[in-house]
Amino acid sequence: MSGLLLPLFGGALIGISSFAMLALLGRITGISGIVGSVLTTRDGNGWRWAFLAGLLLAQPMFYGLTATPPPLPSDAGMLLTVIAGLLVGFGTRLGGGCTSGHGVCGIGRLAPRSLAATATFIGTGMLTVFIMRHLVGA
Amino acid sequence: MHILMGLLCGLTFGLGLVISGMTDTRVVLGFLDIAGNWNPALLAVMAGALAVTIPGFWMLKKRPAPLLAKDFFVPAKGVIDRKLILGAVLFGSGWGLYGYCPGPALASLLTLDWQPVLFVLAMAAGMIIESITGKRAKP
Repeated sequence: MSGLLLPLFGGALIGISSFAMLALLGRITGISGIVGSVLTTRDGNGWRWAFLAGLLLAQPMFYGLTATPPPLPSDAGMLLTVIAGLLVGFGTRLGGGCTSGHGVCGIGRLAPRSLAATATFIGTGMLTVFIMRHLVGA
Repeated sequence: MHILMGLLCGLTFGLGLVISGMTDTRVVLGFLDIAGNWNPALLAVMAGALAVTIPGFWMLKKRPAPLLAKDFFVPAKGVIDRKLILGAVLFGSGWGLYGYCPGPALASLLTLDWQPVLFVLAMAAGMIIESITGKRAKP
């Protein structure tokens, strides 16, 4: 249980950030939506770029302050990295959201679409890991 | 003001991801691996976040406007369609292959390891491809 305190606390920070974004700016904090917008539209992206800058800076700040090393990157090869990245990028935009937009904000609003999407991507993620680890990689 | 708030919220969000262990692909894949040594961390992250957003968003419903903007930009409640489910299936399979969803991939970018850099480039390409093909599909 004590191993879950940091995930709970980190999750609460994510929730506080998402709450503040809606309360202050009236925006849903969906990472894939924010990235998709700055990639494909021109205007009104100031807050999006600022959010992304903060998101990127958090990690070096945290590991700088705590003087601990960040987690090791995945040991997947380049081909798998590219395929997974393409699927995540294409899929999150087609489905209108990712773990943050659907999982945290959409379920936070009790939106049926987000519940369905979250159940689907967690289920598919579990199925993929099962196939890769227990059928292919076994 | 929007820029400053965006930056602070992004920073808080990123710290949340880093502190909760979500930038470690092993932790995320450990959650998705129900037939292995299951790691419930991601469930705790979701619970921690939803414990704030569910009551918080419910409170905001009664307000006419956000504090620093004229309107709430909230998607209309739509139907559960094929696009939503197909998108979630594709996203879930990429997530299960690697262990990054968009937030943790971006939050890992400044380690400057080639893995998050290549992943984010491929993810951006996937988003641009979707934007182009999505526009074409519309009549």
